[in-house]
Amino acid sequence: MNNSDVLLQAANLTRCRPDGDARLLDDVSLSVCAGEKLSVTGASGSGKTLLLRALALLDPPDAGRVCYQGQVVLRDGVPGFRRAAIYLHQRPALLEETVEAALRRPFSLSVHRRKRFDRGRILEWLGRLGRSESFLGQRVGELSGGETQIVALLRALQLDPTILLLDEPTAALDPKTTIAVEELVRQWVDDSAQPRAIIWVTHDADQARRVAQTTVQMQSGRMTTD
Amino acid sequence: MHGEYLELSFWQLAIAASLVVISGLISLLMQLGLERRLLLAAARTVVQLSLLGLVLEWIFSVGRWHYVIALMVAMTLVAGLSAVRRTERRYAGLLIDSVIAIWASSWCVTAVALFAVVQVPSQYLVQYSIPLLGMILHNTLNGISLGIDRFGSELAAKRDEVETLLALGATRWEAAREPIRQAVRTGMIPTINSMMVVGIVSIPGMMTGQLLAGVKPLQAGMYQMVIMFLIAAGASLGTVGVVLLGYRRLFTPDHQFLPGRLVKRS
Repeated sequence: MNNSDVLLQAANLTRCRPDGDARLLDDVSLSVCAGEKLSVTGASGSGKTLLLRALALLDPPDAGRVCYQGQVVLRDGVPGFRRAAIYLHQRPALLEETVEAALRRPFSLSVHRRKRFDRGRILEWLGRLGRSESFLGQRVGELSGGETQIVALLRALQLDPTILLLDEPTAALDPKTTIAVEELVRQWVDDSAQPRAIIWVTHDADQARRVAQTTVQMQSGRMTTD
Repeated sequence: MHGEYLELSFWQLAIAASLVVISGLISLLMQLGLERRLLLAAARTVVQLSLLGLVLEWIFSVGRWHYVIALMVAMTLVAGLSAVRRTERRYAGLLIDSVIAIWASSWCVTAVALFAVVQVPSQYLVQYSIPLLGMILHNTLNGISLGIDRFGSELAAKRDEVETLLALGATRWEAAREPIRQAVRTGMIPTINSMMVVGIVSIPGMMTGQLLAGVKPLQAGMYQMVIMFLIAAGASLGTVGVVLLGYRRLFTPDHQFLPGRLVKRS
């Protein structure tokens, strides 16, 4: 492994409870290289989500640092970093609008201003996930939990990030669509000319084996390798 | 300001005060349980306004600027603290933010009123500055109170949306823009509503006072217009100020949202 291949690196990430009594993340270090698919498993409350949030710089850590392509991410660079490393919430929040409007929304952000919504690409992905064009006209409020996860995933994929930080992205999906999502994400990493990687948090050990080459476990805020 | 007015004596005041008995009787007959509160409220009205009258009379007669400034500072501090006393979701620094916002906005607007709009001659400055500041403070206080309350509730309700935007690469400003917009809107609406109906539903307090003091109705109306515009400016500036200060406390320069800092009032 060449150092230049390392896309995302976290060193000694530590996060304490607000009362300071316990460590929610305890000295966690990891690195993800181009083309790597890493899964994170662990019981509820073991710190999986907090780890992804810390990697996306959504929470201020009490100690440790996150580097992207070898550089520490600095204040003004945070939105640009999050364009490259997108965190997907387990229960994604969408405004009350149509699916297409929800998919178009990120393009109004300054960091994505140069990109354009590509309807054809979205329709192709939707087709692979068993959804037709009429899905784009549905109101977000009418979607099931699983369909909301599909919208959130496609909304992130279309922005061409380098790393996807996926927090149980198929938790509310049926088995068939789950397999289709896994395949879509796998191809998104493997078939790209750009360097890409994923970190996939899951409760399901079988899924962890299917989607990743490497699996790490979280336990009481600490990371262990399988 | 050369009109005439009818001076009130204490027994005339006593007749008016006896009318409070009507409210007390209603409370007794309908078992509202408001008699004690009513008595306390009436007593506070008498004490507070008597004290205000005495203090103002003394300040007007002494005419020293440092006394005026001291009173204006005291009024501003009380307004700043009162504005956030009942805020539902609080954060460390809220009181300071409220005082800063109300101080900066109402003093700037009062200065514009005194020196640019009314162009008060120096011998009347004491007489004009305190009532003008008082009216502006009162309305700015309401704007700040409503605005910051809405800001907290918006952020609590839309926490996931705010975080989703940040996760997609939004700057902290882009992520907070909608809650900020809603909060400022909420703070400004009462002032706009009162401008809509002023003079139709009721004759506003200052105009009433001037009419009773013998000022020509058109002049009294013009004064009221000036006050309404000043109030609108004060409320808008105060609301924007307190919401932006809150935004800086709840969103870090690293574009992180800190919902843990918002604590619901017990």
